[in-house]
Amino acid sequence: MTNGWIDIKNTDMMLIMGGNPAENHPCGFKWAIEAKRTRNAKMIVVDPRYTRTAATSDLFLQIRAGSDIAFLGGMLRYAIENNRIAHDYLVNYTNAAFIVKEGFQLPEDGLYSGFDPATQTYDKATWNYQEGGDLSGEAATAAPVSGHSSASPLPAHTQPATNQSGPGLTGQGYQGASGAGAKTAEPAKPAPTLPSNTAYDLTLQHPRCVFQLLKQQYSRYTPEMVERITGIPKDQFLKAADLFTSVRKDGDMKQVGTILYAVGWTQHSFGTQIIRAAAILQLLLGNIGRAGGGINALRGHSNIQGATDMGGVFDIWPGYLKTPSPADVDLATYLKRTTPTSSKPAPWESFNYWSNMPKFTVSYLKAMYGDAATKENDFGFHYMPKVDRNYSWTQIWDNMYRGSVKGMLAFGMNGVAIGPDSQKNIDALKKADWLVVGEIYPDETSEFWKSPGITAEEMKTINTTVYRLACAGFAEKDGSMTNSARWLQWKNVAIPPPGEARLDQDIVAQIFLRVRDLYQKEGGKYPDPILNLTWAYTNAQHPALGDLAKELNGNALADLTDPKTQVTIKRGQQLPGFAWLKDDGTTSCGNWLYSGCWTEAGNQLARRGTDDPSGQGIYQNWAWSWPANRRVMYNRASCDSSGKPWDATRKQVWWNESTQLWVGNDVPDFKPDSHPKDHMGPFIMNPEGIGRIFGPLAALADGPFPEHYEPIESPVQNALHPNQSNNPVVKKFTTAADKYATPGDGFNIICTTYRLTEHYHYWTKNNQMNVQLIPEPFVEIPVELAAELGIKGNDKVKVTSARSYYVAKAFVTKRIKPMTIDGKKIYQIGIPIHQGYRGIQEDAGRNARTILNRLTPTVVDPNAYTPEFKGFLVKLEKA
Amino acid sequence: MSQATLGIRRISGHAGPAPGEDVERAEQVCKLIDTTTCIGCKACEVACLEWNGYTFTDTVFDNSYQTMPETAWNYWNLIKFNEHEREDGSITLLMRKDQCMHCADPGCLAACPADGAIVQYTNGIVDFQQANCIGCGYCVTGCPFDIPKFNPATKKMFKCTLCVDRVSEGLEPACIKSCPTGCLHFGSKDDMKGLAETRATQLRENFGFAKAGVYDPAGVGGTGVIYVLHDVTNPEAYGGLPKDPRIPLLVRLWKGPVKWLGGWSMFFGVLGVAIHYLRYGPKIPQDGHDNRDDSAPGHRDEGVKP
Repeated sequence: MTNGWIDIKNTDMMLIMGGNPAENHPCGFKWAIEAKRTRNAKMIVVDPRYTRTAATSDLFLQIRAGSDIAFLGGMLRYAIENNRIAHDYLVNYTNAAFIVKEGFQLPEDGLYSGFDPATQTYDKATWNYQEGGDLSGEAATAAPVSGHSSASPLPAHTQPATNQSGPGLTGQGYQGASGAGAKTAEPAKPAPTLPSNTAYDLTLQHPRCVFQLLKQQYSRYTPEMVERITGIPKDQFLKAADLFTSVRKDGDMKQVGTILYAVGWTQHSFGTQIIRAAAILQLLLGNIGRAGGGINALRGHSNIQGATDMGGVFDIWPGYLKTPSPADVDLATYLKRTTPTSSKPAPWESFNYWSNMPKFTVSYLKAMYGDAATKENDFGFHYMPKVDRNYSWTQIWDNMYRGSVKGMLAFGMNGVAIGPDSQKNIDALKKADWLVVGEIYPDETSEFWKSPGITAEEMKTINTTVYRLACAGFAEKDGSMTNSARWLQWKNVAIPPPGEARLDQDIVAQIFLRVRDLYQKEGGKYPDPILNLTWAYTNAQHPALGDLAKELNGNALADLTDPKTQVTIKRGQQLPGFAWLKDDGTTSCGNWLYSGCWTEAGNQLARRGTDDPSGQGIYQNWAWSWPANRRVMYNRASCDSSGKPWDATRKQVWWNESTQLWVGNDVPDFKPDSHPKDHMGPFIMNPEGIGRIFGPLAALADGPFPEHYEPIESPVQNALHPNQSNNPVVKKFTTAADKYATPGDGFNIICTTYRLTEHYHYWTKNNQMNVQLIPEPFVEIPVELAAELGIKGNDKVKVTSARSYYVAKAFVTKRIKPMTIDGKKIYQIGIPIHQGYRGIQEDAGRNARTILNRLTPTVVDPNAYTPEFKGFLVKLEKA
Repeated sequence: MSQATLGIRRISGHAGPAPGEDVERAEQVCKLIDTTTCIGCKACEVACLEWNGYTFTDTVFDNSYQTMPETAWNYWNLIKFNEHEREDGSITLLMRKDQCMHCADPGCLAACPADGAIVQYTNGIVDFQQANCIGCGYCVTGCPFDIPKFNPATKKMFKCTLCVDRVSEGLEPACIKSCPTGCLHFGSKDDMKGLAETRATQLRENFGFAKAGVYDPAGVGGTGVIYVLHDVTNPEAYGGLPKDPRIPLLVRLWKGPVKWLGGWSMFFGVLGVAIHYLRYGPKIPQDGHDNRDDSAPGHRDEGVKP
């Protein structure tokens, strides 16, 4: 979330799409209700099904799963056409005025400039700004941009690598399904860079300025086109577009709208681009950085935000530092590649906060290797693994299926159930040598060899050794969890773990200490990374989570003095925050974003202050929020260019002329002494300092603007460009298990998956209280489809995809209606994820024991590698 | 259930006034359920079970998110899910928390023949006293909301107590405490009525629900549980909420004219006996004793202790 849960109460308008917060985040959803009750805020819900969230909405639109970009593109077009835009915000706080290089082409035929069909990748050289300063008023003489009609790649970019693009979190290009052992290392040629003096046109008239490109890009997304693609009738779409953009009616900046989404947006083969489309809409409307605004990801687990912050993905280190690649031959090369220099119109300023990358990186390496990390050995940079290819979730399973991954430690997740393509994952585990599962219940993964379809004969042939370790549940351990609002909240132990159950960190410690012993005794190819790892916890066998939190916060390794304030931090003291980090090895910090969480003042995560002087629900003294305890990110954008809040009733931060500082109710997310007339951009994490409507260079793998592509399995051709229906950079997987359906094969019903209030993932099927509330698996089927197939409510039905089948009871409902997509009658069905073959009902033989993810395809988003669980094709019949 | 420290207003099957009647005028308590902000999460169902010490029951999927078709003797709080087609053809999902309505004029109490099996406290809570319940099920006939449920094992009737044990200690009912969206409120009837009317006005004026209103049916004297409905003219759409609930005629006759008639027929019968005695003298050597008793069958003396 750019904002936070409580902040939703400050909004005037909500668009809830790709998420179902009433059902999946009921406690957070209270703030949406609060906004309705206290501010008469309006709520628009767009979903393939009429959900319990929809039941409290003011406007519900049923959308075809996977057509979200078409809908949002239509909204963008509507906002531009009707002048429902935040003009000053757009000019000053976004790259709307920046001029894009000549040669860049919009995807009128489905492809941006630079596509190489052989590798299914883009040469992104033209996805860049033009060098050159103020071009305001020179629109007439400029060469326009056209949609291109050939897919031929443009010549490789040859500009010297003096200025790197920012370390975006996505788009590194580890795309596609490489075979086992195949290496697709980053090319060694210098990557194109952003210009240091960007060309711009403050009149927004230049045909190649971002605003004009945006206008051109979405001019194709007419209400008629939106209807053809999404199935939402034109009049309903217009109603929603009018309502949402009404916050910017007549250019008034006081009102604010928010967008709430969850995995209904991420789980597509173009998921990142859906979120981009929403972010662009919010920039266009000037809703980012403002109380009651933002783009808000509702996270599905209590600590999934923490897992991401801590680098629980292969391509990032803690704090979203990029993992090094083999091309990063030393620390200097790595830092040169990952540290951006600012890129902006010359008269403007850019804080370019990622310029601190060396400080974050060296402090992180010091936290990893302590005294063994020295300037001479590049602070242990060579101890860290270099990522030579895609190691994302689906790739790990693919590699195991192909036989190159021999073992797996599975903690805090039910690998075969969470999919996609559970059967492929089960078959992969059959080939593994060993599997360790740390869980609180015996789950599907630890009993993969008992999955339906495996005969007693086959069981004998499965040689995987399974070690099942009893772990402590959430109430049995202390520590912190990071919620969607970026709050790190400390919790205490409620009860000790039962029986032989152990804390996860104790198990990890045991494994590490024994592996280290082995390396000590027996040596090995390269023992240094293990032998030199710091393990300076009070109790090495049982590391306390408080010790870890302190390590993440970081401490001073030498006496440090701030030259401005003359404040000194003594050697060994906890750091007050990331502003103190150094790149010379005098500071240690496990995660720069978490610096400030456990200072000399103690555990900030355990704070429970309930003061809220502004009444905006900021609660500065409740827990601790990254970064630097800011509750709303980019809050400089809540003020106009002179530093005055857009809305005086919702003042967050402002420029104080007498103290010459930014002050406020929230912690300013900005350089505190940057005078408004210096024109520093509020989006300090981008080297441009502005919000990116156009995502330049390597920001994204599949285009600087979002474009509608069909899901990999779709019942229709792409209405915008039938010859380029799918996301061009998305690759299908290629093992025997990877099958993809077409409507021609009789798979013509769209299926989407979701969760229910009554259950938590695959856990609560072991809890009678939850089981009682929703006792059995079901498939939600439109009344009309059920009638066609002779299915009645509670009948047993079988859903079949190209991969496998799923059996459950029919839930015949009026809440999903038949749709007309591009003139074709299309049905959608929906299935909750929660059941499997281990649980109370499963063990009692009361259901078919099929896992839903047997149905889903292995295909992923090219930026975040999230599988496409939403919107695949199935057949439906009575079982 | 617990009588705790609450004063009693009415007692089922009881001769004479309730002990302590008119001594205390407690505030009327009331639960407000705003169906327009209910998200059907069922937290109230679970809180109700846990507070009242009931464990789970076996349920079967029945083409709905609804946990079971009706409330049960050990499941007093149930969200009713109703797919409802609006006049314009669009669909909506109405979710209503169903439980005892704690009527001001409780039909169950009126119908109950067992002295002290059903009481109404001065704060308005209607509570079953299982110790005095004879399991006759007359309360079911008396209730226009189909709330009292029979436990075949103990042969007693059960229903929501409005957490009288919590309320008498100054706490809110368990369901209220668990509600994540704040669609449930608890307080005095006057305050809840005010809050409900304010919300209904807001729904009419700002959210386009022209028929939004408050459900507090007069036919049962008003209720201790009131609803805000998107369409107060169609409460039936919310899972069978009666439009104009009344105590069934038979029950009203039973406790009204019939009782009165029965009393007088008894009186005249005894009078006849007396006249007969005066006129004809004793038939059996026995005292002429006026044993008028207007109670229904099953009268027992051990009633409710104040």
